[in-house]
Amino acid sequence: MTDDELIWRISGGSGDGIASTSQNFAKALMRSGLNVFTHRHYPSRIRGGHTYTEVRASADPVRSRGDGYNFLLALGDSFARNPQEEAVYGNEEIKPLSENLDELREGGVIVYDEGLLDTSEIPNFDERVEENNWHVYPLDLRGLARDMGREVMRNTAGVGATCALTGMELDHVEDLMRDAMPEKILDPNLEILETAYNQVSEEYDIDAPDVSVPTGEHEETQLLMSGSDAISYGAIDEGCRFIAGYPMTPWTEVFTIMTQNLPELGGISEQVEDEIAAAALAVGASHAGVKAMSGSSGGGFALMSEPLGLAEMTETPLVLVEAMRAGPSTGMPTKPEQSDLEHVLYTSQGDSQRVVLAPGTVEEAYEQSRLAFRLAYEYQIPTILLYDQKLGGELMNVPKSHFDRDPNPTLGKTLSEDALADEPHSADGKFHRFQHDVDDGVSPRSIPGQKGGRFLATGNEHDPTGHIAESPDNRVAQIDRRGQKLDAIRADLDTVDTGSYAGPEDAQYGILTFGSQQGTVEEAVGRLNDAGISVKSYGVSDMLPFPTEQVEAFVESVDEVLVVEMTASGQFRGLVQKNLGRYGEKLSSLLKYNGNPFEPAEIVDGFEAAIIEGDGDASGHQTTFVPAAGD
Amino acid sequence: MSTFSAIGEEREIDRDEYTPGVEPQPTWCPGCGDFSVLKALKQALPEVGRSPEETLLCTGIGCSGKLNSYLDTYGFHTIHGRSLPVARAAKLANPELEVIAAGGDGDGYGIGGNHFIHTARENHDMTYIVFNNEIFGLTKGQTSPTSPKGHKSKTQPHGSAKEPLKPLSLSLNAGASYVARTAAVNPNQAKEIIIEAIEHDGFAHVDFLTQCPTWNKDARQYVPYIDVQESEEYDFDPTDKVEAAEMMRETEEALYDGKVLTGRYYVDEDRPSYGQEKRAIGEMPEEPLAERYWDDEYEWERSHDQFLDKHA
Repeated sequence: MTDDELIWRISGGSGDGIASTSQNFAKALMRSGLNVFTHRHYPSRIRGGHTYTEVRASADPVRSRGDGYNFLLALGDSFARNPQEEAVYGNEEIKPLSENLDELREGGVIVYDEGLLDTSEIPNFDERVEENNWHVYPLDLRGLARDMGREVMRNTAGVGATCALTGMELDHVEDLMRDAMPEKILDPNLEILETAYNQVSEEYDIDAPDVSVPTGEHEETQLLMSGSDAISYGAIDEGCRFIAGYPMTPWTEVFTIMTQNLPELGGISEQVEDEIAAAALAVGASHAGVKAMSGSSGGGFALMSEPLGLAEMTETPLVLVEAMRAGPSTGMPTKPEQSDLEHVLYTSQGDSQRVVLAPGTVEEAYEQSRLAFRLAYEYQIPTILLYDQKLGGELMNVPKSHFDRDPNPTLGKTLSEDALADEPHSADGKFHRFQHDVDDGVSPRSIPGQKGGRFLATGNEHDPTGHIAESPDNRVAQIDRRGQKLDAIRADLDTVDTGSYAGPEDAQYGILTFGSQQGTVEEAVGRLNDAGISVKSYGVSDMLPFPTEQVEAFVESVDEVLVVEMTASGQFRGLVQKNLGRYGEKLSSLLKYNGNPFEPAEIVDGFEAAIIEGDGDASGHQTTFVPAAGD
Repeated sequence: MSTFSAIGEEREIDRDEYTPGVEPQPTWCPGCGDFSVLKALKQALPEVGRSPEETLLCTGIGCSGKLNSYLDTYGFHTIHGRSLPVARAAKLANPELEVIAAGGDGDGYGIGGNHFIHTARENHDMTYIVFNNEIFGLTKGQTSPTSPKGHKSKTQPHGSAKEPLKPLSLSLNAGASYVARTAAVNPNQAKEIIIEAIEHDGFAHVDFLTQCPTWNKDARQYVPYIDVQESEEYDFDPTDKVEAAEMMRETEEALYDGKVLTGRYYVDEDRPSYGQEKRAIGEMPEEPLAERYWDDEYEWERSHDQFLDKHA
């Protein structure tokens, strides 16, 4: 926890515009020169229900949610259900305030809409305020908004109050509203912003804000972007012009972004009957010569198991994205978890092959989305980009220059008609699409409509022309050749190095993690080192083929390793042990599966309890320690 | 040489071109109706002028899936029930391909039923041939979605308690713009119907009655058949949805009374195909997307120039 940061939490009901208001505020902070990172929490509900978004802003880089927060803007929940005490969901009307108090830091600020929230309904409110030295500002935001025309504008009024109380200028917020709002609502919103700002400034003497907005400066243009944005733009820059899908949280974000952008690029998006069809369409489009993708979340991805195997067997390039959420079954649709790792690694029958990449940050999401397409098309193999609700939805600033790259629409080892003429064919003119003996296992392909490229793609085992064949020699030759691709891909990935390292190289201890927990782990590593504990971290992205050598070198170089992941069963630790084949006595786990991502302090405390104190008892946190084997 | 020069090439096509060198003799059982589908396609394709290399045939799994091994074109032998989603995407990716999908009654009306409904609904410009033998053949004789009520098999030892599915009516209601039924024992009609189906600009569904002499011995050989267009007994307008629906109902009931009615049931030449609909709303490019990847002049868009400013 640092003092020179603002972590602003806006809370209210799902459907009250919390997301858009927070996004605009985050962007205003970014434009003012700060680094920002958002974290959102929302229910799987049509309208209403406790929702919040945190915006963390600091002059220093921020790559994680913080520990708790220091400024609360509590709005009402317009869709709160009838507040009956005996109801299982409790009094929803006061939740925007009551549900958020536990994580508010000492000395923090509370602005709440007294038009909608009554603190007398919150047990021990006044005592808690005093105990924690909170600064409370009741404002009738709804009343103000109502007076000025539209009740929904209370969000804007709240932002105005925030600016007044933190000493933030209004100009960036106003600019953003001008960019984002249609004309007919712009003027009243600008007016209410200023009115709220002035009212608060006049009513309270805020020469020295309780919590102030830090100041910073960016050297170059920054973009506020989510993992879902980055994955979509990576796909576009690799020449992906076809997507098929079926809505499912949280994958829907990538599907929506692609669908909205593709027509402008002369591409095609198809919303289809189910996820079996979605993945099968991507296979069909790719087979016909277009760079294509599909994707889903846990349950929908389960349906893609079949087409995934078909793509592998027919060596049709295919990119799938899997946006994990808490399972099993329907699980907790809007909550992050990393527990689809094994599902994605192992689903589909037989000795099937695939590539699985798990990016850790927004930048990596862009990089690895591009990498997924490159590998899928160069090696004619399904490639899965595995991320989660957290990485998909959290926003952070990234420099625009990061995306200033050349597009790569190449189809990989695909032959022109001229080149096809020189390739082996059967006596009847069929092209040997699946040759036994090729470098790196990749046999060049043709595209339907090409002269001299005729072949059969089939999910059955097949001979070089694609003809169904079950002879033992052919079987062994084909399965060995397809398997060979993974070795070639591993060698390729070694030149890319998707891993992320933090902390001193000669550290005594290590933390291993994968995917979206990377930023939080790295912040924790910084704090542990500041506290005199020598620890480094390795965020692994290549899940398959696994970077065994690199992980082994990391584990070998330290005394003990804590594996941090959002699963209940330690799936990533299991993957590490499976690939390394030893070190069971060196690897312990810190797990979290309560629906919320790790906070840095949970990793700091969990690490100290597990490795330094050795008992793993990190009281006060909902994390679980699993000791190393033999302990 | 252009990218896809097999497409639209002007030349005489010999029906032998569709016979593969590796396995020229199909391994279907003697007397199987599937031979007739193969024969009808080999006759129809040269006649409509579509060569093996501008045709993509997608099949599912089952005896019908063997069609890919015996008809030499670009082929995609997919998985059980999934020929349609693969086929329709290939058509969207390259609308100049001749796309034909085929499967059995289990494949198309059972496990792939959802895809059948939605592909018909969307009216993709393609042909879908269902080998309907009212039984599962390749897995050795289990009751299928079109098996008659009371059908006994190893998986329905007390006779099926289910009414059979009515494929023609289903197809019409789902939105297919060409619906026909033909029978293996009627090769001339089969060829004509396949030609019409291929030439139809929309989703053309052909329910092809293919007798199974091995596993469905009790079933009819689908003789004698009656062509509803030729018979004086029937008079309806296949461009009229209501009349078509009534004729389909009668046909589907009659089959289980031993009366084999075949012919064209519904033909809607006016309904735009899915590709036309997508283009009309600006969601599909005019030029085949598959061509773009071979166009050296094409300036590939970048997200950096196109979309990023809204994030600043």
